[in-house]
Amino acid sequence: MSSQDWQPNANTGMLRLRGAINRAVRDFFHQREVLEVETPLLAQHPVSDPYIECLSCLHQGQPYYLQSSPEYAMKRMLAAGCGDIYSLAKVFRAGESGRRHNVEFTMLEWYRKGFDDRQLMAELENLIQELVPIFSGYDGRVLGESTTEACSTLPVRYKSYGDLFNEHLAINPHEASLADLQDCIDQHLDMGDYRCEDISTALDVLISQYIEPLLPGLVFIYDYPACQAALARVMPDEQGQLVAKRFEVFIDGMELANGYWELQDAKEQRARFLADNQQRRNSALPEVSIDERLLAAMESGLPDCAGVALGMDRLLLQLSEAEHISEVLSFAWPRA
Amino acid sequence: MANYSTNEFRSGLKVMLDGEPCSILDNEFVKPGKGQAFNRVKLRNLNSGRVWERTFKSGESLEGADVMDYDMEYLYSDGEFWHFMDPNSYEQHQADEKAVGDAAKWLREQDTVTVTLYNGSPLAITPPNHVELEITETDPGLKGDTAQGGTKPATLSTGAVVKVPLFLSQGEKVRVDTRTGEYLGRAKD
Repeated sequence: MSSQDWQPNANTGMLRLRGAINRAVRDFFHQREVLEVETPLLAQHPVSDPYIECLSCLHQGQPYYLQSSPEYAMKRMLAAGCGDIYSLAKVFRAGESGRRHNVEFTMLEWYRKGFDDRQLMAELENLIQELVPIFSGYDGRVLGESTTEACSTLPVRYKSYGDLFNEHLAINPHEASLADLQDCIDQHLDMGDYRCEDISTALDVLISQYIEPLLPGLVFIYDYPACQAALARVMPDEQGQLVAKRFEVFIDGMELANGYWELQDAKEQRARFLADNQQRRNSALPEVSIDERLLAAMESGLPDCAGVALGMDRLLLQLSEAEHISEVLSFAWPRA
Repeated sequence: MANYSTNEFRSGLKVMLDGEPCSILDNEFVKPGKGQAFNRVKLRNLNSGRVWERTFKSGESLEGADVMDYDMEYLYSDGEFWHFMDPNSYEQHQADEKAVGDAAKWLREQDTVTVTLYNGSPLAITPPNHVELEITETDPGLKGDTAQGGTKPATLSTGAVVKVPLFLSQGEKVRVDTRTGEYLGRAKD
């Protein structure tokens, strides 16, 4: 520990920039009559995703989990009829620390009734383009007036997951076998003698290790493989291929946001929870308790809606051209 | 040697990868929001000097490499081997052409250099970043031409050839950056 360890990681200009961005986000949703809501940070159930590990703590002998996303609680509010909502709050993911990860981070998550994935992507693009000029006032140390003359919009591309893989790797991600994908990995990446255990992992390796660094500007990738639906509905696309109505957004080669045209079917949701637990057992990971209150809420009726979660720290990191996520945090994990 | 897990990979850590001693240059943790975690690692193969990029599943581990850097005095070259001495133990080591590589042209007897030992044998020689050497051969100096930015080649006492300003002449001492081979200025003494 050095004698300068007490100081914030972010400089004063960055603290001001973050404050200005948070205010602009709240203005954006206020103008659109989207309600800000708060959700429990500590809750009785962790998410089921096999590769998201929640931090836990005990309260009077009962385990509670620091939430990795406000999704389950927000969906219970949506089912109760609260209408369009957003949350700008801290979330936690165990073990995620590095240049682009911090165990505790700020997530902006919002849900829009009656929107599909395309409409929500368009709204996310609008939000980011509105925030971009604010960054022009930040010079790395000080936040000044934003320059209006500067042509401050980000280049934007929309591409389906299938087209993306076809363009970069000449492979169809919806139909390729594990062996095909492994061949593709061996051609493009050096991973020693590591072999992917399933198709979903192989797809993740290709997109996150090979394709992602090649995506400049703001890139929207939609129509994910059905095996990566998570909490999105699965539907046929224009060509009749079953796809997940899930999208991800990348900003200058870094994953920024993940959204769904939300699954409404409680039975299907239960099946996915059980499948996640099966995968956890297969990978020798602890099983999770199923959030019956979320399933009951979906049973009573989740409105047709789309939702997205965006990592605010990564947005600040990429648009301020910082090198390390610690530069945008008041106190990064090692100093927290 | 100890094993190191991906979360212990730090710049400068020496590890064995596919039987080759390597030095870690960079380690980036990259995890898709919903997917498994991986580490993108850049390593320098200390045998070949080449940079290697490998992606590891987070939590994998590598065996440490018995590689250590020592400050040693350069003694002499016998034409086949270059000889170095540890000033503390007086132990001598001989390095072959592969280990000495480009460093050969900067080696002056009695200078202190970094010798990297792998399993006890010299793997690489690193000269100091800056050396001061005498010009042994160059075209005659052009007095009064100090304002122009022209340069000419000059051979130094160790055999290295560097570009120097036109006004310098044989017998003068210059300061050179061994990493780039660039002339930095006249030596102070």
